[in-house]
Amino acid sequence: MTEAAVDVLASAAAAGAPAMRPRWLRRLLANRSVVTGALILVAFVLAAVLAGTLSTHNPTRLEPASRLQPPSARHFLGTDEFGRDVWSLVLYGSRVSLLVGVTTMVLTSVGGIAVGLVAGFSRRLDTVVMRVMDGLMAFPAILLAIALMAVRGPGVWNVIFALSVVYMPRTAMLIRSTVLSIRELDYVQAARALGREDAGIAARHILPNCVGPLLVQGSFVFAYAILAEAILGFLGVGVPPYVPSWGNVIASGKNVIREAFWVSLFPGVALTLAGLSLNLLGDGLRDLLDPRLRVQ
Amino acid sequence: MLGPDATPGQIEATRKGLGLDRPIYEQLVGFYGRILRGDLGQSYFLDRPVSQALWERAEPTMVLMLSALVVAIAIGVPSGTVAAACRGSAWDRGLMLISLLGVCIPGFWLSLNFIYFFAVRLGWLPAAGYVSVLTDPAGALRYMVLPAFSLGFNQSALIARISRSCMLEVLQQDYIRTARAKGLSHRAVTWVHAFRNALVPVVTVIGITTAVLIGGAVVTEIVFNIPGLGRLIISAILRRDYPVVQGVVLVTATAYVLINLGVDLLYAMIDPRIRYD
Repeated sequence: MTEAAVDVLASAAAAGAPAMRPRWLRRLLANRSVVTGALILVAFVLAAVLAGTLSTHNPTRLEPASRLQPPSARHFLGTDEFGRDVWSLVLYGSRVSLLVGVTTMVLTSVGGIAVGLVAGFSRRLDTVVMRVMDGLMAFPAILLAIALMAVRGPGVWNVIFALSVVYMPRTAMLIRSTVLSIRELDYVQAARALGREDAGIAARHILPNCVGPLLVQGSFVFAYAILAEAILGFLGVGVPPYVPSWGNVIASGKNVIREAFWVSLFPGVALTLAGLSLNLLGDGLRDLLDPRLRVQ
Repeated sequence: MLGPDATPGQIEATRKGLGLDRPIYEQLVGFYGRILRGDLGQSYFLDRPVSQALWERAEPTMVLMLSALVVAIAIGVPSGTVAAACRGSAWDRGLMLISLLGVCIPGFWLSLNFIYFFAVRLGWLPAAGYVSVLTDPAGALRYMVLPAFSLGFNQSALIARISRSCMLEVLQQDYIRTARAKGLSHRAVTWVHAFRNALVPVVTVIGITTAVLIGGAVVTEIVFNIPGLGRLIISAILRRDYPVVQGVVLVTATAYVLINLGVDLLYAMIDPRIRYD
């Protein structure tokens, strides 16, 4: 190597050195939607983790003497019809919402990957699997979730099961379409010619390409699941009424809206902010990962 | 159904009468056989056939869906078009922020806030209830304003976003530049030349929105105490009236599929380049 070439390499390395951040991280941090969405989401995660410390009252303890009190220094967001502290209910409710959102996102991603890969690789199974997915998608999402909850009964894990069944087909369709578009590319054909098995090709060449669409879809499934959990709770078919969840608190606020609007107001604000953060995150990730949008 | 004092003999007789003592596969085959004959079974609690119960509750749901669709289009299409025409302006940013909020605000919570402000505080509109359009159209309109706006607002956000992106795409076309070069006004270019061509994908989204409204109507009916299919299915679930649950799910899923099919066909009619082989 000549001296000049060494200089060029050294100056190139020096130019990249100050940032010391991978290119993807710099692009991620430069996207305002992603940063805003992530910050709000982190706040909710902290609220859920630290609910025990941040809450001022036991959220399940009934205090009839302090029922329907407006927001004050003692009860930051007021109390509900049973005298429960709304601030504590909202904090503990974030645990249920995040648990349902994250678990549903993980289950739909895992199920979607499995079903999408099988459908994308096996032409014989593709027709059968996709018709089952079409069948599930033929129902309005919330109605299918309600029907599944009717069969299984109230409970956090039943909500997660119902929502995973409802949202999994969309992820499976996405993975399948990604597999179909990549399967015929030259480098995959080359891997096949080199004698790699389907499972190896899927793991090494197909799945890494699914990560981007999966991240975007995952953030939207997260948002839908949180909203759907609240709707199911509001309708009385989600988590049991004694469990503090945003939907349950809004439902109890409905009965006393004339006297105490704050009972339903604050859990709704939390629900809206959570949805906003995930939508911002999803929109930002899509802008970053979709080259067509990035050009615009 | 029988109450807590029912004897084992009565319970057994009822199980037999409802056919619940037969194997599952037999019940399933029997169910599909009846469906093919248009018989959705008998409600356990309503003392009438499921199809009759569905028919009685269909009108409020259809009125709610149509009114919400009108609201969604009336807000969504002009908002998206104006935002695209004034790209980058305060109008654009403001309208798109509202549409983002529209996507994130839960419809059932928005309904409660509407009830609080417009019914409880201001007293302008009724908080809940339903009057048939066939008996009292003016009264029906008063009762339908809040439910239609709370259900339609969420959907208008989606329509606004799609309208904006479609308009932006059309506004970059050569023929729009030609129209501007000819000296046509900004308004004429936007509404006469661009708007009509941007409508094609928007119509598709409106069709999809109609299908989505079926699910949204369930929750809105509960909040506003509208005696439609949504309230019917929730009360059926809570009472474990399975024939009614099956009936409502089947009918709404059929409507959902038919609307989606209609959208696909409409797409091909509007855009001659699309052909289904």
